[in-house]
Amino acid sequence: MSGLPHSSLERQRRRAAWLFLLPMLIVLAGVAGWPLVRTVFFSFTDATLATLDSFQGVGVDNYLWLVRDPVWWRAVWNTLVFTVVSVGIETALGLGIALILNAHLPGRGLLRAAVLIPWAIPTVVSAQMWGWMFHDLYGVVNAILMGLGLIAEPRAWTADPDLALPVVIAVDVWKSTPFMALLILAALQMLPRDLYEAARVDGVHPVKVFVRITLPLIRPALMVAVLFRTLDALRVFDLMYVLTGNSRSTMSMSVYARQYLIDFQDVGYGSAAATLLVLVLAVATVLAVTLGRVRVDAGR
Amino acid sequence: MGLRRIVFALMVLGIVAWAVFPFAWAIVTSLKAGSALFTVEAWPSHPSLANYAAIFNEQPFGRNILNSLMAASAVVALSLGLAVLAAYALGRVRFRGRGLLLFVVLGVSMFPQVAVLSGLFELVRWLGLYNRIGSLVLSYLIFTLPFTVWVLTTFMRELPKELEEAAMVDGAGPFVIVTRVFLPLMGPALAATGLLAFIAAWNEFLFALTFTLTDDARTVPVAIALMSGASQYELPWGQIMAASVVVTVPLIGLVLLFQRRIVSGLTAGAVKG
Repeated sequence: MSGLPHSSLERQRRRAAWLFLLPMLIVLAGVAGWPLVRTVFFSFTDATLATLDSFQGVGVDNYLWLVRDPVWWRAVWNTLVFTVVSVGIETALGLGIALILNAHLPGRGLLRAAVLIPWAIPTVVSAQMWGWMFHDLYGVVNAILMGLGLIAEPRAWTADPDLALPVVIAVDVWKSTPFMALLILAALQMLPRDLYEAARVDGVHPVKVFVRITLPLIRPALMVAVLFRTLDALRVFDLMYVLTGNSRSTMSMSVYARQYLIDFQDVGYGSAAATLLVLVLAVATVLAVTLGRVRVDAGR
Repeated sequence: MGLRRIVFALMVLGIVAWAVFPFAWAIVTSLKAGSALFTVEAWPSHPSLANYAAIFNEQPFGRNILNSLMAASAVVALSLGLAVLAAYALGRVRFRGRGLLLFVVLGVSMFPQVAVLSGLFELVRWLGLYNRIGSLVLSYLIFTLPFTVWVLTTFMRELPKELEEAAMVDGAGPFVIVTRVFLPLMGPALAATGLLAFIAAWNEFLFALTFTLTDDARTVPVAIALMSGASQYELPWGQIMAASVVVTVPLIGLVLLFQRRIVSGLTAGAVKG
């Protein structure tokens, strides 16, 4: 700003900035801030969907019921297993695909276009597509596996309590790996080329190059991608709801909370479950930022 | 060397097949009518478009598409309008609390949607928007607005400082600078951001499931998830796959067309490490 009469101009700009921010802030407060406050508030009441305007405070009763409900703990467990396993597989696979995409090989364009397809397909649609493929009587998965002699008789993939969660994870891996691969690819493409030239000239083994050079350099971007996917996975709803309904063997925390809020109309209890989910997400974020030293930074 | 190339090619082919097969199978299924649905064959012996006719005749799927289009367009227009102004303030003006504000915006986009469900339900009912598209526009702002603000802020920051200084020397105020100087340069950024926000709104399920009641008010994902046939126990898989293909083909087309922009928009939105 040198050369300008800046003190008054700067003040004018700062005033304008707040004016420009105001509409966005009001909208966010209205659609996110206020509803969140109400949810936390409802979690200490006996409100139902029909009586949202007349209710009584019940203290922490809802939370006490919640921690005594084995179905809730099953939902917590399902959510954690789903998150850890699917994000883990997606990171590994995404890294592999990103490395292939980054190596300048023929067929690269085709591969990139192909992996964008699962990403572009709505979650509900992919859940239905896979639900049909995993169909117990007419599904193509059973047909292929039986044709190959890998299973003797058809499996009820989405109904079998032991198979349902792995199926949900498999569908999520299919749907979300492209996102991981694209984010990692973006990080790979920003790496300095001369470093690799030097390593190649020195005859360093490619695996060593990957572990010693590539991985440390893309670590910050990788951690951010993992954090984003983790937060996304912890609040998962669509996949379970469409593939297996309200089945306990796959129910996530979001499915549990919505079932009480809407299906059972128990707003107080459902809000308590939703509030706990927010706490879990907050803890995950804090852990990632402190332990994983993830830097999410746009303010610079 | 030759062996390595072959292994590599096989891997690439495997990944492509894995990525594409489910959608290809959905297309094949959508062309099977009647009992053909219940035989596993790679290509139907009598391909038929009956399922496509049925979703528009027996189901209100045309109406569902219209609902999704209206809700997504409205929320994208609203988000971009609000976000351009906010992005100027966050990207180009130094003021106290800017970092905190950006953090809050990012935090909102990471919200579990179920956490605002009861509060939003109350708000939607109070505004008389239940079972109407307005309820969706209102609730979708929770994720489209933080996303557009974040991406446009990173874009605004990259614009050359000299442009703004020249305009200021000419006596232009902040509003004129945003609308006359920056906005014309932001076409590509607005298109990419708008497209990604549109896809997110188009795909949204939880709010649409909760705030609509009747078949006519449903959006595309809810219609596809809840589509039912003549009997309660028999899901019309052929129709579900036909509906899936109808809504996914344009999406895939758009995504492939805007590949590069989408990848850069995604990374601007997610990775700034």
